[in-house]
Amino acid sequence: MTGADVLLLALGAVAVGSGVLVVTTKHLVRAGLYLVVCLGALAGDYLVLTAELVAWVQVLIYVGAVVVLLLFAVMLTRAPIGASDDLDRPGWPAGLIGGGAGLGLAALLVDAYRWTAVDLPEAGTAERLGGEIFRGWVLPFEVLSVLLLAALVGAVVLSRPDIGRTAPARGTEAR
Amino acid sequence: MRPVIPYVTAALLFGLGAYGVLRRRNAVLVLMAVELMLNAVNLILVTADTTVRAALPHGGQVFALFVIVLAAAEVGVGLAIVLQLYRLRATVAVDEVPLAEPPAVVPAEVPATVGGPADPRDTDGREAR
Repeated sequence: MTGADVLLLALGAVAVGSGVLVVTTKHLVRAGLYLVVCLGALAGDYLVLTAELVAWVQVLIYVGAVVVLLLFAVMLTRAPIGASDDLDRPGWPAGLIGGGAGLGLAALLVDAYRWTAVDLPEAGTAERLGGEIFRGWVLPFEVLSVLLLAALVGAVVLSRPDIGRTAPARGTEAR
Repeated sequence: MRPVIPYVTAALLFGLGAYGVLRRRNAVLVLMAVELMLNAVNLILVTADTTVRAALPHGGQVFALFVIVLAAAEVGVGLAIVLQLYRLRATVAVDEVPLAEPPAVVPAEVPATVGGPADPRDTDGREAR
């Protein structure tokens, strides 16, 4: 057990523990805040695994943007403040499938890697990863930017009620 | 560094995400559980980047960045759909969505069903313009 192992164990325990709270808590807003703890612990994991850029992008995009979007959605759908009892469906199929997937994958990976140790590679800094992306992965990167644009346009079209269905009738009604 | 520790963490997080997707009724909580699953995949990719020596170095971390961008796109479109569902039905419970109903009925039913929460539609419409 080196220092990195201890850090990985602690951060993994924090991530799994707050993940359990995300899927079991009765408070909608608290689920979002536990998600912040979980994603932060994962960012710490990435730092220990020498993935610097991924860790900071995780903090920026996940904790900064995605969780804020989710909390906005909680607010806009007028979620009740405080505990609500009707958040869950009957649990046994979910427990069966979730537990089966999680424990099965864990058993598979434990069997594959046992207690072997590997040396950490050189750190994935922004410079090194930028070189990789713009040398080896340029085409996927550009396709991804087009996909992001398409997703944003799709979200705008979806959230405007005056686009798509009976546009002239709705337009006269509005003016 | 023992790679089995982050691998097991990722497997357990994936299981928790699958459990949450199947267990939760609220669509926003379902999206949160999907985020957990995507993060588990990211952790697998970053850990595999340290254990596998590939021809292109740091391929796993590049893929993790790509997955983060995909997750951002997914949550944007997903929340747009959830808000539209709330506007039409005044509920975000995923097991109350009538899948068998023909879509032509939906606009005719809007005023009767929504009634009270008509102002989120108005405020959103004003914001959109």
